[in-house]
Amino acid sequence: MKNSLADRSSGGIICAALITIFFFSGPLHSQEDLVSLSVKKIAPPSSLLATDHKYDNGNSISLSWVPSIDDALMNNPIVAYKLYRSSNDTEPNLIAELPPGSSYFLDNGVSTDNSYSYSVSASTNAYEVLSNRTESITPQSEWINYNKKYLFLMVMIISGAIMYFIVSAKRGKELFVRKIAGLEAIDEAVGRATEMGRPIMYIPGIQDMDDVQTIASLTILGRITRTIAEYDSKIFMPVARSLVMTAARETIKASYQAASRPDSYSDDMVNYITDEQFGYVAHVNGLMVREKPATVFLLGAFFAESLILAETGNSIGAIQIAGTARPAQLPFFIAACDFTLIGEELFAASAYLSGEPMQLGSLKGQDVGKAIAMFFVLLGVLAATVSAAWDIELFNNLLDNLNELFS
Amino acid sequence: MRRNIPLAVTFVVGMLLIVSVFLPPIETIGEDFGVFFSIIAVFAFFLGGGNLIKVHFGKIMKKSNDWEFSLVTVVGFFAMLIIGLFKIGAPGDISTSVTAEGSYFQEMFVYLINPLQSTMYALLAFFVASASYRAFRAKNREATILLVAAFIILLGRTPLGMMLTGWIPESFSIFQVPNLAVWIMNSPNLAGQRAIMIGISLGVVAMSLRLILGIERTYLGGDDKG
Repeated sequence: MKNSLADRSSGGIICAALITIFFFSGPLHSQEDLVSLSVKKIAPPSSLLATDHKYDNGNSISLSWVPSIDDALMNNPIVAYKLYRSSNDTEPNLIAELPPGSSYFLDNGVSTDNSYSYSVSASTNAYEVLSNRTESITPQSEWINYNKKYLFLMVMIISGAIMYFIVSAKRGKELFVRKIAGLEAIDEAVGRATEMGRPIMYIPGIQDMDDVQTIASLTILGRITRTIAEYDSKIFMPVARSLVMTAARETIKASYQAASRPDSYSDDMVNYITDEQFGYVAHVNGLMVREKPATVFLLGAFFAESLILAETGNSIGAIQIAGTARPAQLPFFIAACDFTLIGEELFAASAYLSGEPMQLGSLKGQDVGKAIAMFFVLLGVLAATVSAAWDIELFNNLLDNLNELFS
Repeated sequence: MRRNIPLAVTFVVGMLLIVSVFLPPIETIGEDFGVFFSIIAVFAFFLGGGNLIKVHFGKIMKKSNDWEFSLVTVVGFFAMLIIGLFKIGAPGDISTSVTAEGSYFQEMFVYLINPLQSTMYALLAFFVASASYRAFRAKNREATILLVAAFIILLGRTPLGMMLTGWIPESFSIFQVPNLAVWIMNSPNLAGQRAIMIGISLGVVAMSLRLILGIERTYLGGDDKG
């Protein structure tokens, strides 16, 4: 504005114009102009480094930089760090905005087909200052993720132990497996239903076949329906997933065939209700109250519906055997059911019921895993306690190593 | 053959998924299999829906006990299906989302299904009360410990807990009921939960190995040896 006015030649006109502007347009400079004139520009971030992220599929690049020195000031003017990426030397694009104080970013939007260069800017509300651009870098894909070496080692040890006991059992080695009360009660529960002439209800949770708890539940179903078929009792099974319905029908059918009672089997034993959690609960509760099953099995993945189902079963006087691997639901089952399979017992149930040495061997192998877990828990408690109380370097290092091992 | 092919598929897929955790080039294979599963599940829904209609139509036709409930089920099923398929009431053309604001499908979900679900969920409050009553009876030593722990936590979550024990000096603040409740939740309770979690993880490993190696085959519809 000042320059354009200076070009004018007539002094009177200039004076008149200046007076007019002064009185009618407010100050000579706008507020923003004054700020930009008085504020010194901030320092840019420096030492921007782009490196290939190790042990990945070539889909990420690590970026690190030294934040602007103005970032540490009391009245920090920096509002964000903006990261720009240029792919194959094309125009840079903004890929991320990070809060003040940031000095690291993992760019997951890259591929091995292109090369990339980066710049980072420190941004205030009025302007931004860019760092130098990095050299072009092409991410590399690695075949093995060495970051997971400890996990691999643990998988090998535990799987190896399980395999060892399976092979030992196959060779005829006697294995002791403790009694599981809930599974011991299955025969009694089925027998009770038979004597009372009332049906048995089996609920396999509300998850689909991609949940290991549902698979565990169906393996138990196979064993239980074998007993039900032998006792010539009745079972009905409302399910919340279509795939579970088809898988359960196959399982029950095979059990009835194995018990030499194929004629007693009917597809109507398993019915699809709905995928909706509480719609399913409403139906099952209604069914329980109307049909009054003598025995209710609740085995699988349960959520908020666990207590509603278990309490309804309790109210009709059914003997209830429940099991889930969801710790949050276990207290509800323990409070409302006669027997509860806690966590791992759900997965062990089928092997336990089968009584086959090879299956029991796998249970024995788990114990090695538990022993290892106990050892490291005790070691961790010792290291953390001594480290906190006496700050001994050996235990500090031990604690660090354990943290690294299990992080 | 009927059983061997699924067993072979289970073995190959299981091993592949385990190995994919350690090999970056195939690390996303689990997500790909998840997509395959979803596709199969969509087709299986026709079986489920068909079964639902078959069962309830049968009840209505035969006028079996409580056939009126079946009528409600069938009417509800077809109403939602038709409204959803034809996007009745949805603003715009057929490409509009079925859950768009104002569509009848969305309206029925918000004003019918949601309140019904909330009603069922609300029942939980009463069931918690009745289950707690039974669980907290001091029948034996374990039940008594449970009762005491529950009492402390219940009291610790209310202002009464602080009122009753707020006078305890700061050096013994652990004995203030709210702090005691936090300690019970964070120490003994969490330790127990973690122990269960470790057991569950090992159980999953053993179960997965039995499935992958074909030792456990009940889920495929029986076991030759069983």
